[in-house]
Amino acid sequence: MKPGRRTARLVALAMLGCMLFNYPILALFNRPGTFFGVPVLYAWIFGAWTVLIVLMARAVEHDD
Amino acid sequence: MLQGWVIVAVSFAYLGLLFAIAYYADKRADSGRPVIASPYVYSLSLAVYATAWTFYGSVGRAAADGVGFLPIYIGPTLMIALWWVVMRKILRISKRNRITSLADFVASRYGKSALVGGVVTVIAVIGIVPYISLQLKAISSSYTILVHYPGVVMPATLGAAPILQDTALWVALILALFTIAFGTRHLDAAEHHPGMVTAIAFESLVKLLAFVAVGIFVTWGIYDGFGDVFGRAAEVPRLSQLLMPLEGVAGAYASWVWLTILSMLAIMFLPRQFQVAVIENVDESHLKKAIWVFPAYMLAINIFVLPIAFGGRLHFPLGDVDADTFVLTLPMVERQELLALLVFIGGLSAATGMVIVETIALSTMVCNDLLMPVLLRLKRLRLAEKPDLTGLLLAIRRGVIVLVLLLGYLYFRLAGEAYALVSIGLISFAAVAQFAPAVLGGIFWRGATRSGALAGLLAGFAIWLYTLLLPALARSGWLPIAFLDHGPFGIELLKPLALFGLTALDQITHAMIWSMVANIGLYVGVSLAGTQSAAERRQASVFVDVFRHESGGARFWRGTASARDLHLVLARFTGAAAAEATIADYANSRGLTWPSEELIADAEFVHFVETQLAGAIGASSARIMIASAVKEEALTLDEVSAILDEASQVVLYSHQLKQKSRELEAATAELRAANARLKELDRLKDDFISTVTHELRTPLTSIRAFSEILLADPNLALAERKNFLGIITRETERLTRLINQVLDMAKISSGRAEWQMTQVDVREVVADTLARMSQVFKEKGVQLVEHLPPRAPPVLADVDRLIQVLLNLLSNALKFSPEGNGRVEVSLRVLSGELRVDVHDNGPGVRRQDQPFVFDKFWQAGDTLVAKPAGTGLGLHISRQIVEHFGGRMWVESEEGAGACFSFTLPLSPQ
Repeated sequence: MKPGRRTARLVALAMLGCMLFNYPILALFNRPGTFFGVPVLYAWIFGAWTVLIVLMARAVEHDD
Repeated sequence: MLQGWVIVAVSFAYLGLLFAIAYYADKRADSGRPVIASPYVYSLSLAVYATAWTFYGSVGRAAADGVGFLPIYIGPTLMIALWWVVMRKILRISKRNRITSLADFVASRYGKSALVGGVVTVIAVIGIVPYISLQLKAISSSYTILVHYPGVVMPATLGAAPILQDTALWVALILALFTIAFGTRHLDAAEHHPGMVTAIAFESLVKLLAFVAVGIFVTWGIYDGFGDVFGRAAEVPRLSQLLMPLEGVAGAYASWVWLTILSMLAIMFLPRQFQVAVIENVDESHLKKAIWVFPAYMLAINIFVLPIAFGGRLHFPLGDVDADTFVLTLPMVERQELLALLVFIGGLSAATGMVIVETIALSTMVCNDLLMPVLLRLKRLRLAEKPDLTGLLLAIRRGVIVLVLLLGYLYFRLAGEAYALVSIGLISFAAVAQFAPAVLGGIFWRGATRSGALAGLLAGFAIWLYTLLLPALARSGWLPIAFLDHGPFGIELLKPLALFGLTALDQITHAMIWSMVANIGLYVGVSLAGTQSAAERRQASVFVDVFRHESGGARFWRGTASARDLHLVLARFTGAAAAEATIADYANSRGLTWPSEELIADAEFVHFVETQLAGAIGASSARIMIASAVKEEALTLDEVSAILDEASQVVLYSHQLKQKSRELEAATAELRAANARLKELDRLKDDFISTVTHELRTPLTSIRAFSEILLADPNLALAERKNFLGIITRETERLTRLINQVLDMAKISSGRAEWQMTQVDVREVVADTLARMSQVFKEKGVQLVEHLPPRAPPVLADVDRLIQVLLNLLSNALKFSPEGNGRVEVSLRVLSGELRVDVHDNGPGVRRQDQPFVFDKFWQAGDTLVAKPAGTGLGLHISRQIVEHFGGRMWVESEEGAGACFSFTLPLSPQ
């Protein structure tokens, strides 16, 4: 992968992360209810966090 | 079982194990097979970020406000995605300039200013001391709690012990000795500590293992999975609000955002993070793994924080057990001795890892950027004349390690008990965040000045002191509390926790907003208002343009120096043997031997020695030493600017030159290809002429031979005479045909042939031609079979030329078909977009190796040397050229002995 492309993908992921873990998206999940027994806010944070890390791994390790 | 001596023995055994790992890794590094060459070791060493604060304090914070601990780990996840841009640049700059610490980095950027380096060092030390005290507090509290097993006793209720019986003091002293043994056994010019890094990576595994073990025990051992813990918490009113923690708290989102930003900065600018991420980095490409492995580590160590926090609060409903200790106290009340001991070791890992790296980083900073510049300037000490200063350097560093740990202990005694773990940690985060404008601005903004950086750093630090550190001391009773409640001298507007009337924010957010406003504002404002000196301008270019210019600062130096003097300077700070080896390497790389008179102390050599020296004592001290050892002319700002402009001009010119030479190369390649083609054509022409001459001579020879016989012998029998005249006639016909075909071919090849292109009904043409030929076939006893469709769409072609092609194929087929039982099939088929004609005979076929050549000029079937040629060898060549002119293709398929099939296609006219 060209270094410019990798940089662009990682910067985009950082920006995506800033959006996912911020007001107002965070506020959408700050409500009662559970997801497999886990309160939705925590389920959201840990779920989105996991997805973000997987995407970062792909962006940085994937050569195409 | 868990008596004091057991705990102490296990702890020392653990420290011994660490030491063994470090020793092994050092040995491996010395033998050239370093453990730290692995990107996973690098990634795990970054996890020194997770300290005792993470280990015990995350649960404490989660028990108090639910989500508050998460931004501290999400921030770094977001930041590390940007490392590919930011950290790669910092790494490149640091490697090229042999940066030894964060303070060195900042000082070097702003004109190798000792003042800037000193300020950064002071801020770092004061900012980090609370953080170190936090680790001491964690170790001593967890020890105190564990030693009271099976009872659960809070250390705070025991009251302060006399100093000599205070565990924390002993912990501080032991850790100091341990760190000294770890980090300052010898002086490494590159400031690499492979042993330490490996031990830290191991500690990261231990603390993760211990924390996850407790998490699993609480979640599935005490409770029945995540759902059970959260479900029971939801039934308790005090806890249920923590399940929706962002509700109704004023400024909850603001403090979430600021905590995220704060952690994003902390992961880069905590001295220990800078140490492991930048100084100890051995390979830039390790970043690739670290970018996802480190966030994954943080995710893993946080998964069980909430279950432990809720489990603890459900288990100790009275609130008499500090939430910071849940990780340890939960296994204790459940009588899990071994697990409790494992937790203690995990906490010890987290704390010792932090303390070791942090104090080594701080000791390098204090030594290189605070003390050495001052000591070297003090003429009375005559330090610059001592032959070997490595001992002094080591002694200073060891002293600083002890001092920093004792300062941590002092803070612990003064203010420690007033705050929870997390709050203490955040105070340190806010302090190091003050470095962000100077560092980030410094690597991307050429115009940033030394004065701007100084002003920003000092202002930000002053506000940090006023809004975070002084209140901490006031709360602990060391300042009048009225100072907090009513402001200094009763001026309400200056209240440290509500500066200029800014309220409704938590303390950290409040402090961050004001300190960043002052820091960034002054950094940018003063930089824009002032001007750069020559040295600043030069360093700005070296830092900002690190990816553009290969050479560093050598081009900015002018003066005279002696290689011998420079060697002596280097020997003083890195030891004689190391200096000798370094310079010998340099000389070797230039094809010289050392010592010799040939090694000229030119700008490049001076720069090389200065960089090596910077690796040992920091950039600003190295500058002072070099300046004292050589006679140099100071460059003016104009000269530096001229060099920089020249450099960028040179870069521009070299780009243009590259462009031009690429174009030239392309043109040359085209010319060469054209030339090769011409030569090939010339050769083909020569071949052609010689072949044609040869072909003409054969019939001519036989005509001449028979004519001579007829002329010489008038008495020849009539029958014989007829026979000879018949041969002469046939050979003449052949000659005529040959000449016609050569002319025809020349016309077609040169494009001068006249083509009467019309819409042609190929079916009709084929049928006509077959009819014309049928008589000849019958004479030779060859059966002619036709497969023609009822009608075929028209094609654009020249009728006469098409007939010529068909006649040629048919006569060839006839020629090679066996007499008597010969059979030639002709078929016409309509395919998509084209017509296809096949002429199939049952003759001997074309040998596979001949098939590529049958369409070549003068190709003859059979061996022309033995047998008499049966044709001109031009028919198929011309036929193929005609078909190709019509836009079709011609080819042959044949099995030896099973006949040949010549086929061609013609594209249909567009409808």
